[in-house]
Amino acid sequence: MERTVGGAMITSRPHSRLIGHFLLVLGLIVVVFPIYYVFVASTHSLETILKPPLPLLPGGDFIANYREAFYGGIGRIGGVGVGTLLLNTTIMALGIALGKIVISIMSAYAIVFFRFPLRLVFFWIIFITLMLPIEVRILPTYKVMVDLNLIDTYAGLIVPLIASATATLLFRQFFMTVPNELIEAARIDGAGPWRFFKDILLPLSRTNIAALFVILFIYGWTQYLWPLLVTNSNSMNTIVIALRKMISFADADTQWHLVMVTCVLAILPPVLVVVLMQRWFVRGLVESEK
Amino acid sequence: MATIALKDVRKNYGRNKVIHGVSLDVADHEFIVIVGPSGCGKSTLLRMVAGLEEITSGTVEIGGRVVNKLEPRERDIAMVFQNYALYPHMSVFDNMAYGLRNARRSKSEIALRVANAAKMLELGSLLDRKPRALSGGQRQRVAMGRALVRDPAAFLFDEPLSNLDAKLRVQMRLEIKALQRNVGTTSLYVTHDQVEAMTLADRLVVMNEGKAEQIDTPMKVYSKPASVFVAGFIGSPAMNILEAHVGVDARGIAIRSGVTIDLPEMNLPNAGMPLLFGIRPEHISVTSEERADMILTVAAVETLGADTLAHCRMAANDKGSDFVLRVPGMMPVYAGQRLPVMFDRKAVHFFDVKTRNRLF
Amino acid sequence: MNRATFPHKLLPYLLLAPQLAVTLIFFYWPAGQALKQSLLREDPFGLKTQFVGLANFKRVLADPAYVNSIKVTVVFSLATAFISMAIALLLAVQAEKIIRGKTLYRTLLIWPYAVAPAIAGMLWLFMFNPSFGTLAYPLRSMGINWDPLLNGPQAMILIVAAAAWKQISYNFLFFVAGLQAIPQTLIEAAAIDGARAARRFRTIVFPLLAPITFFLLVINTVYALFDTFGIIHAVTAGGPGKSTETLVYKVYNDGFVNLILGDSAAQSVILMAIVIALTALQFRYIERRVHYG
Repeated sequence: MERTVGGAMITSRPHSRLIGHFLLVLGLIVVVFPIYYVFVASTHSLETILKPPLPLLPGGDFIANYREAFYGGIGRIGGVGVGTLLLNTTIMALGIALGKIVISIMSAYAIVFFRFPLRLVFFWIIFITLMLPIEVRILPTYKVMVDLNLIDTYAGLIVPLIASATATLLFRQFFMTVPNELIEAARIDGAGPWRFFKDILLPLSRTNIAALFVILFIYGWTQYLWPLLVTNSNSMNTIVIALRKMISFADADTQWHLVMVTCVLAILPPVLVVVLMQRWFVRGLVESEK
Repeated sequence: MATIALKDVRKNYGRNKVIHGVSLDVADHEFIVIVGPSGCGKSTLLRMVAGLEEITSGTVEIGGRVVNKLEPRERDIAMVFQNYALYPHMSVFDNMAYGLRNARRSKSEIALRVANAAKMLELGSLLDRKPRALSGGQRQRVAMGRALVRDPAAFLFDEPLSNLDAKLRVQMRLEIKALQRNVGTTSLYVTHDQVEAMTLADRLVVMNEGKAEQIDTPMKVYSKPASVFVAGFIGSPAMNILEAHVGVDARGIAIRSGVTIDLPEMNLPNAGMPLLFGIRPEHISVTSEERADMILTVAAVETLGADTLAHCRMAANDKGSDFVLRVPGMMPVYAGQRLPVMFDRKAVHFFDVKTRNRLF
Repeated sequence: MNRATFPHKLLPYLLLAPQLAVTLIFFYWPAGQALKQSLLREDPFGLKTQFVGLANFKRVLADPAYVNSIKVTVVFSLATAFISMAIALLLAVQAEKIIRGKTLYRTLLIWPYAVAPAIAGMLWLFMFNPSFGTLAYPLRSMGINWDPLLNGPQAMILIVAAAAWKQISYNFLFFVAGLQAIPQTLIEAAAIDGARAARRFRTIVFPLLAPITFFLLVINTVYALFDTFGIIHAVTAGGPGKSTETLVYKVYNDGFVNLILGDSAAQSVILMAIVIALTALQFRYIERRVHYG
């Protein structure tokens, strides 16, 4: 990623680098400020929030607000605590991420390392799903969910979203870079398809899996339309949907301080995942789309 | 330890015929080198023995057992690949142990065998390293070690030295030879490098376009090449081959009008028959005008140090060159020089114009 | 050379089965239903359905509300894509120029990627809430009658800002990767040929970034079309009036709120056609990298 210092010297002079830092800091303010500001709001009382302008620094109600969000029960959305919402969202995000990884690594393995009739047909069946995002088939998909009794279930939140052409294509692309000799050496060393997969392919795919995990976890965590459709009961809501239900903009009764706490809690886990796994995430993102 | 026998082995990819029926008997402990230009089918043949390519027809036997339908692991062979094919995420030890683990050998046996192989290949201090932390020569050794620990019926080598630099190649060549002598495992070795082929082989298989043109000891292949192809492929620079015909009284040959070579002691066939005349650069020597078979004109000179290659023409106004001569390095040769030469009568070759096979 | 493979008859089918099952049940079957539904019409009580050919499409396309939502979608998508990409490119170029702190900047700039679009919308609405938003306050004191909940164009500005903000991270990462893929020697050669920094960017860097820019344009359009449903649903619900009702929001609204199935299905099919067109476009970009087989 990093260029050599010498290389950069040729194209940029100190004053132009100073302008660079200035613009980047400006960009950072635009990008980070909304998130920082929500955190600030989550540490102030409802009265302070409703009296603009809100201070730029955190206030003294951090503990009170967060305690209320976790243990006070958020009466307005049917008594479901923020803990349950976080649990639901975590289950959904993990389920989608792991489910997608498992089924796409399996199908990519079949498509790359085996020759069998209809192989290309299957490849295209999977590939074409790139063109069928959930948004273009909302109603009929919803009907399928009703028919299969999947409304208000974790399976309903997860399973329809785990078929992913993108993940399959990413694994396929990576698998195709594995040298032939490696497979042949493994075959001569007595490894069958399962051993080769477990002992060689899986360890070699570690970084790809990590990258994909981050991308898919974020994907699962930030889902909106799907959980909106397949959950009726408040206790099955994800945190994003619950947030939407907590806010009513025309209504002055909105518990803004609790909304802000919930917002922070909804943002924090995925941001942590992205930042902590940055190295894999960045590479995986750029590679998976190319 | 085992014999290997190929019986009329053929390979087609759809309608495309790649191997046109190769038969070969390899004795126990023998080191066979399969050599040929790229695309001649030598690697395919080796991979058929390994079980990595299906055999279209014919049989492959290892240790007297037909293995056509067996998986590679059931054939009791080990293979060394051109790019080594080391498992990048495993240590040197694990790379060597992997096959034994798959065969469910005991921990102590694996440890012992890897230790022995590591000692033989001087890999002892590298066992914990990952392949990426090794030099090219070390990776090559690990690849050999992986084959060695298995103690298989046969070693299969697929151009194992072609990714190494010239100096290492010579060193590893010697090591492979010594190792094979030492353990005595029957070996099949594929290469496109004729020096490697000549130096390593007990017997050579020279392949061209899916056929084995000649199977014999290196010296026989050199001194009695079975075809124009073999004559041109083995030996560097390549043998000089010229169109000629048998002279009027069958006591010599005529290369072109006025240029004849007397060969009274050879039993030449009927006069006037066209043929291909071959002689290696090292079998033409410079002599005095009166003893010369022919006077050549030097067209170009390549100085190699020990030797000098002189590219010569039969007539000064010819284009290109007709003969290449290898003369001692200290002898002064220059372009335009007239060179009286003599052919070594014991080292001339004749090939059929049509079949391009050796005549006698 | 050909791919080395394992000889096995049944195993590949077993490996493919889960993905194929999910794909067929949740992708192909519903998509087929949408197609079928788009050609049928139900009576108001849901008792009878009859085949009406392309009548649903004709009616949908003639509906001023639909034409309006096409306009809204075009404005929203182009504005979002342009603003987000412009800011991201500017930041990526700066990040490539500087020497210290690259990782720190990147670490902070990728945060919005992890924020759900709906939450992005809520953040921006919170800051610009007409009654207590801290940033709405200065707008009002400047004499602007700021109220995105009542004023259509202002609502559009707000959701474009939120949507573009969220997408900056993604575009930034791709532009950085694109810039790093440009051989340093080309830029050095241009410098030796006497081109100053601005000219080097215009004549060398930007043309070489064209493929990635095109790719991002498609991706951002797809994002603005579909992934921003959450922003609109959470912030404006298509309002005020129908000033932020995008195509996807209208499909949802007609299908789930107004329960006009035939029309909703016809709109779904039109959306499918749009995605297929966009994917085909994007494919021209990918095809150099993806080999079939």
